[in-house]
Amino acid sequence: MDAIILQILNGLDKGSAYALIALGLTLIFGTLGVVNFAHGALFMIGAFCAVTLNRLLSLSHQVVDETRTDFLGNPLRVDIPYVYEWFGPEVGATIIDWSVPLAILFAIPIMILIGLAMERGLIKHFYKRPHADQILVTFGLAIVLQEIIKAFYGANPIPTPAPEAFVGSFDFGALIGFDPLTIMYPYWRLVYFSFAIIIIAAVFAFLRYTTFGMVVRAGMADRETVGLLGINIDKRFTIMFAIAACVAGLAGVMYTPILSPNYNMGMNFLVLSFVVVVVGGMGSLPGAVAAGFLLGILESFASRAEVIDIIPGINQVIIYLVAIIVLLTRPRGLLGRKGVMEE
Amino acid sequence: MSKFHISRRGLLKGSAVAGIGLAAPTIFTSKAWASFTNEPKGDSVTLGFNVPQSGVYADEGADQLRALRLAVEHLNGEGDGGMMGTFSSKALKGNGILGKKVEFVTGDTQTKTDAARASARSMIEKDGAVMITGGSSSGPAVAVQALCQEAGVIFMAGLTHANDTTGKDRRRNGFRHFFNSYMSGAALAPVLASAYGKDRNAYYLTADYNWGYTTEQAISEATEGVGWTTVNKVLTPLGAGDFSSYIAPVLQSGADVLVLVHYGGDMVNSLTNAVQFGLRDAQANGKNFEIVVPLYSRLMAKGAGANVKGIFGSTNWHWSLPDEGSKAFTRSFGTKYGVPPSQAAHTVYCQALLYADAVERAGSFNPCGVVEALEDFEFDGLGNGPTLYRAEDHQCFKDVLVVKGKENPANEFDLLEIVEKTPVDQVTYPHDHPQFAGGALGACNAGS
Amino acid sequence: MLGLNRKDSGLFLLVICLTALAPFLLNPFPEGSELAQFNAGYPDLMQRFMIFGIFAIGFNILFGLTGYLSFGHAAFLGVGSYAGVWMMKLLTVNVVPAIIMSVIVAGLFSLIVGFISLRRSGIYFSILTLAFAQMSFALAYSVLTPITNGETGLQLSLNDPRILGISQTVDGSIPAANFFGIEMRDSLELAMGGWLFTFNAGYYLAAIVMLISFYIAIRIFRSPFGMMLRAVKSNQQRMSYTGLNTRPYALTAFVISGMYAGLAGGLMVAMDPLAGAERMYWTASGEVVLMTILGGAGTLLGPIIGASAIKYFENIFSKINDTVLHGWFSFMPDGLQDFVVAIIHPFIGKGWHLTLGLMFMLVVIFLPGGLMEGINRLRIWFGKRINGRQQTPDHAPATSS
Repeated sequence: MDAIILQILNGLDKGSAYALIALGLTLIFGTLGVVNFAHGALFMIGAFCAVTLNRLLSLSHQVVDETRTDFLGNPLRVDIPYVYEWFGPEVGATIIDWSVPLAILFAIPIMILIGLAMERGLIKHFYKRPHADQILVTFGLAIVLQEIIKAFYGANPIPTPAPEAFVGSFDFGALIGFDPLTIMYPYWRLVYFSFAIIIIAAVFAFLRYTTFGMVVRAGMADRETVGLLGINIDKRFTIMFAIAACVAGLAGVMYTPILSPNYNMGMNFLVLSFVVVVVGGMGSLPGAVAAGFLLGILESFASRAEVIDIIPGINQVIIYLVAIIVLLTRPRGLLGRKGVMEE
Repeated sequence: MSKFHISRRGLLKGSAVAGIGLAAPTIFTSKAWASFTNEPKGDSVTLGFNVPQSGVYADEGADQLRALRLAVEHLNGEGDGGMMGTFSSKALKGNGILGKKVEFVTGDTQTKTDAARASARSMIEKDGAVMITGGSSSGPAVAVQALCQEAGVIFMAGLTHANDTTGKDRRRNGFRHFFNSYMSGAALAPVLASAYGKDRNAYYLTADYNWGYTTEQAISEATEGVGWTTVNKVLTPLGAGDFSSYIAPVLQSGADVLVLVHYGGDMVNSLTNAVQFGLRDAQANGKNFEIVVPLYSRLMAKGAGANVKGIFGSTNWHWSLPDEGSKAFTRSFGTKYGVPPSQAAHTVYCQALLYADAVERAGSFNPCGVVEALEDFEFDGLGNGPTLYRAEDHQCFKDVLVVKGKENPANEFDLLEIVEKTPVDQVTYPHDHPQFAGGALGACNAGS
Repeated sequence: MLGLNRKDSGLFLLVICLTALAPFLLNPFPEGSELAQFNAGYPDLMQRFMIFGIFAIGFNILFGLTGYLSFGHAAFLGVGSYAGVWMMKLLTVNVVPAIIMSVIVAGLFSLIVGFISLRRSGIYFSILTLAFAQMSFALAYSVLTPITNGETGLQLSLNDPRILGISQTVDGSIPAANFFGIEMRDSLELAMGGWLFTFNAGYYLAAIVMLISFYIAIRIFRSPFGMMLRAVKSNQQRMSYTGLNTRPYALTAFVISGMYAGLAGGLMVAMDPLAGAERMYWTASGEVVLMTILGGAGTLLGPIIGASAIKYFENIFSKINDTVLHGWFSFMPDGLQDFVVAIIHPFIGKGWHLTLGLMFMLVVIFLPGGLMEGINRLRIWFGKRINGRQQTPDHAPATSS
């Protein structure tokens, strides 16, 4: 039982990342009708926002320490971060320690700017073009973005730890009445899951309860009519693109302590997120979220040694297998609408 | 046999062919031209450096390229000479190889067998390379080795740790300086037994590909030899990213040691995950839970950050070694690039020197002569102590380093601490050991 | 000629000439000159042009005609490769049985995948094919290692049975892949002045196979069957209202293109007897999509051009390094030279992906019909210049030629 709960927790955690990326993907598709292959790259850029902020906060000047030596035997040049000098070593260390949560504030304006620039500069010109063209141009953009990141940060993963306060595991079992120390779950992963829920709830609430959101939803359902009503739907859709970029970016920021970011992480998530979106149903927001969590949990269970022993390799193919079964039994995904992307 | 003819850039570049000019009659060449593939006829010789420049091992590849550039400088008599000064063989004179200036071409293996082979083929066919070296993964190494055998050039393997490279996929034209899975197991097991006790239950998470299988086998056989029990072996997909669903069941499995048979980014992620799940602070069977990483590299240790502290593993070489060769290489590399060399850089540098030296001693670039010169060649002064290139499988036998993540690094490169230098006798095995069985070197191939 | 109309005959003849003379055309720069870096006339790359040309031609029969965007075609190439290597391990190193077996196995596999995937259309079809290909890749890489040799790749060894051949040659080597005795590696070299041209047996075998594939593709494009496939693309619903079941047509196209992929895979192992699992990875499937669209989907020549362009970038640009750059710009003063090298540096060597990405974006943005559209535009532009008068605008990029 405890093992099952542990795998569900794992699945929810993994599913959070899928759901957040898939949510943005399907939001863009639902509003703008664009298949955005660069969405994984946005996730990756978000993660690198956290890396960048960490680097910025750690900006330092060098002081020669005669008592220690570097690898060549010369006196060691020690880096003293500027924040240590401005706020004192203790506060300074805390600021650097909290760079990942702080990066949320840093990433929001950046991701919105990148989102706006992408939509206005590139995607806008592709509304009327075939989906294949959209895929190709955004795929090209994704390659360009990740190569730029690689040029600056190298190809190896960059460790970006969570604040000290979140290191270690939480005794989740004790909370729900199991023996202590049977179900331990890392604090940061619980934070990530909660964060994902908050973001998802915020997006849904925004679409549901604000006038802006209502217009957007109306536009998703029937673009022409909303346009005829004299509403500038395009501008709102642009803003939705920026929001979607922001969601992907924040998902990336918070994911850095779980997975040390490298330039290629976006591509790995992209394919899976696409499968998630399609399983959920193209253009369906609840579908994307539900499918994200569902596939996360299934993948988690398929990774159990007992399951692999019965069906070798199932852990590697489970997501695709589920996608095939869902698509064959429910042609438009779990919650998809008729007529979307079938031509 | 093979009639492999390729353009001889070296010849055309250097020799007087250009002078023949347009009036020259067309020359159809068949066999009579050269006695072996890409025989350098001009005043320079081209080596092929085939390293991963994109993909997950791009940083290892970049470090290898730095080391190879340095090796070329040293061979041509520029720079401070690096390990040429400490190398026991004194055949190299710093005037290139056999008096020919060393030039090189580079290519991107992308850490894929197909791409690595394509890149190596173009070096042989287009650029006239007589030797290929580099690489940071076993799959491409085995594939390129087979290609070099067919084409009739020498392959000096880069970082490749799977047993198969000099086991079932060994080739006469291929040589490996790097150590292998078996050696890691043989070196690690006694150290682990004395550090963690003989009554341990190990759980393996293994990267689901060739290197993972041979390393898992080597480590489990070696540790079972000192009394450990293997609880479970679970295969994880390559590049899984998040390993939480594999890590989570470990604590309930009754195991008290977790062996992470991962390399590169996978190792960074799985180790980070394991630490997050509190495995290092956990207790199991009344003992402290421990983690072991069979193959360590400093670049990986950097990626994993503080998580590596105190974790055991093995490595081929580390820049902090105190012998003269290592010191000379680290000084030379560090002065030029500002960072110490990694083990990947060290192994290709050695391979380049060893190749050049073998050519000098053989007096010819002919691959068959080089093979002869390298087989059962004993040398010292390249950072690993006395070393033997065994003739039966073309594997180097030398001391193996058991290391652990350093608790208090003195600087940002001081990440691994050498726990023990396992003497070569302890890691030597018969060339037909079951883990290496099923291969044959075949005959040497000089092409043309 | 051969049942082709005049225009197609001309096109076919042009392609024949280009492939026959490729060793000359691809080596325009003399050996040893700084520009020799850009020569592509060496056997490995020329073979790749042909092989990926076949792959893209086949993909175009499916995508260009029916509009079904498969994201899993690399799986058929991979399966074909494995079948080919197994034939060479078990039967003989003559490449003919290997190639035939590759086509058959890939055809059967594509029949299964196509039968299931074609139950859906649009992006759902794409995801289904992607899912199949990714499963094939994951399994080939791991669980199926006994058949595929996993990450290392399946290759020949000294103790293969080879029923109709020899396990090893007298001097203890693995026999070389051959076509009734002509080894694929055999080359004839022609030195002319500073130039060196290589005529490789493997390349000409691949070229002949490519020409046959190209001819078949033309015939398919011009056949009633091809018309039917175009009709599937333009309006499937209307087609089914007429009482016609379009699925068998789409499935036939799918299997044909799968067999083309298998043929490419078989040729790959014929040229270089090794099959690696990565050639089934989704990026490899994406690559053939890019090749086709880059060249011009739905055109006859486009896929070959797209395939060649991408392979050229992959093999030539990734090999340029800073030392080479410094060589080129050595005429400049030191400061300026470093500056120029620093600007170009991100785009070459390990940064060739960046160049590729930018190129895709530019082509898609400015040439929606692919490179073929660019060529057509140039032709029209030159036509105007030469004739000096307005021609009838032949402005249908996605039609033929």
